[in-house]
Amino acid sequence: MSHLVSIDNVDMRYGGASGTLAVSGLTMRVDKGEFAAVVGPSGCGKSTLMKLVTGLHIPQTGVVVVAGQQVTKPVSIVGMAFQNPTMLPWRTTLENILLPLEIVEKHRHRLRANKKEYVEKAERLLEIVGLKGFGSKFPWQLSGGMQQRANLCRALIHEPELLMLDEPFGALDAFTREELWCVIRDLHAAQGVTIILVTHDLREAVFLADKIFVMSARPGRILKEHRVPFERPRDLEVMYQAAFNDMVHELHGEIAKARVAA
Amino acid sequence: MSAVLETPPVVTKPVMARINWVKAAPWLYTIALFVAWELLVIALDMPPTVLPAPTDVFGAIAKYWSPIWKNSIQTLYTTTLGFAIAVVAGLAIGLFIGWSKTIYAGLYPLMIGFNAIPKVALVPILVIWFGIGTVPAVLTAFLISFFPIVVNVATGLATIEPETEDVLRALGAKKMDIMLKVGIPRSMPYFFGSLKVAITLAFVGSVVSETVASNYGLGNMMSSAQSQFNVPLVFAGLLMLAIEGIVMYAIMAWLERRMTGWAHRSTMAQ
Repeated sequence: MSHLVSIDNVDMRYGGASGTLAVSGLTMRVDKGEFAAVVGPSGCGKSTLMKLVTGLHIPQTGVVVVAGQQVTKPVSIVGMAFQNPTMLPWRTTLENILLPLEIVEKHRHRLRANKKEYVEKAERLLEIVGLKGFGSKFPWQLSGGMQQRANLCRALIHEPELLMLDEPFGALDAFTREELWCVIRDLHAAQGVTIILVTHDLREAVFLADKIFVMSARPGRILKEHRVPFERPRDLEVMYQAAFNDMVHELHGEIAKARVAA
Repeated sequence: MSAVLETPPVVTKPVMARINWVKAAPWLYTIALFVAWELLVIALDMPPTVLPAPTDVFGAIAKYWSPIWKNSIQTLYTTTLGFAIAVVAGLAIGLFIGWSKTIYAGLYPLMIGFNAIPKVALVPILVIWFGIGTVPAVLTAFLISFFPIVVNVATGLATIEPETEDVLRALGAKKMDIMLKVGIPRSMPYFFGSLKVAITLAFVGSVVSETVASNYGLGNMMSSAQSQFNVPLVFAGLLMLAIEGIVMYAIMAWLERRMTGWAHRSTMAQ
């Protein structure tokens, strides 16, 4: 079985031996090409999970394996997007999207010589997310939703095998959020990338994911793993089916219980 | 009644409405200041040795134009040279301090302590080391003006958003990459903003040093004019300093807008 991400019995404590234990006994697996969502009460260590998988934190005990290799330093096969789009205001949107290519070892040496090819790739991505022709604009000339689209492009430009999303749509209005759900759904279908989405929004998790992990309150561990049964491609209409609502309801109940247990 | 209503509105705007008051305001306020000053001197019947009227000051500028010009150039020279050194050193030290938290923590108190020392107290030491004249003036201008530059550059580097850093570090970025791609461009608005503060401080430094230990410059000119009770010439020197200060400040402000337009985006959007 080829797991792209496998986390085994991981403990992560911040600030020395007496510090807060953020996650404890965390075990989860995500297959290649899968769309996984992680939900849980606030402060349950979801962001810690992000940092463990990307290699920004190395756990004190337990093992994190990404793409067959134990994580001991940042893994560059990952793209990341946060709730805050963190576009650099002195670069145009296109230049922002090309930024990872200036960093990743594989691309940085051939960027200058193959600039045209990379720019075309960035423009294709912009078109997919519905930002065609906005590459020359500065990020602060774009709306919040548009910045978040550009942020997705930046996370995908170096063709990562794994995309880590930390509540990327949290700050957007309901309609823009639904639009971006469809964008990310189509990107996942078209690019075959593995995605781990950390979110508070249960409908978002059920609509997008193949597999949902429910985390406990701090110290975080996986309480339950759900398979999402709905057929792909999913339409926004799926959210109005009874089965969809039942699943959201069930998740809601589990998280409410985890909060009380804390 | 109806005849009054049918009168067409006046087409040409009155003179008062055609003037751009915001643009004209700096000039009008300056003129108003001089007029008030002149009236005050006349009203209180001040002798020119206590408070010369602006007309006396302008008279002194015309009368002593040659020495005033020479000394103004000297002061401008020492100030800009000291300032230029401060820019280079301040940028370098700022980047160095902002580079790591340890260096920041270690050097910051030292910098504060150093900045608390009145620079005029350093002039005698500089005179012992370098003699009187241009060198201590340049160095005093440098010492007084590099601190705001250092603090601002270091602050710009130290306040990189952690999420930006995470995104780049996850891609395998080294400290150097993050500094070059994010830290340094990010600190540029702080840097250019600090230049405006630094250039005015540089004038303070050079003039203080010239007053205590030099045979040239506006500071020296004013102190010798004062010893001869030539008060209009003292004021003429002050006026020249104010003009030089305004011009240099304006250049820095222009440079700031030119170089970091993206940081003033609220006025530039669309």
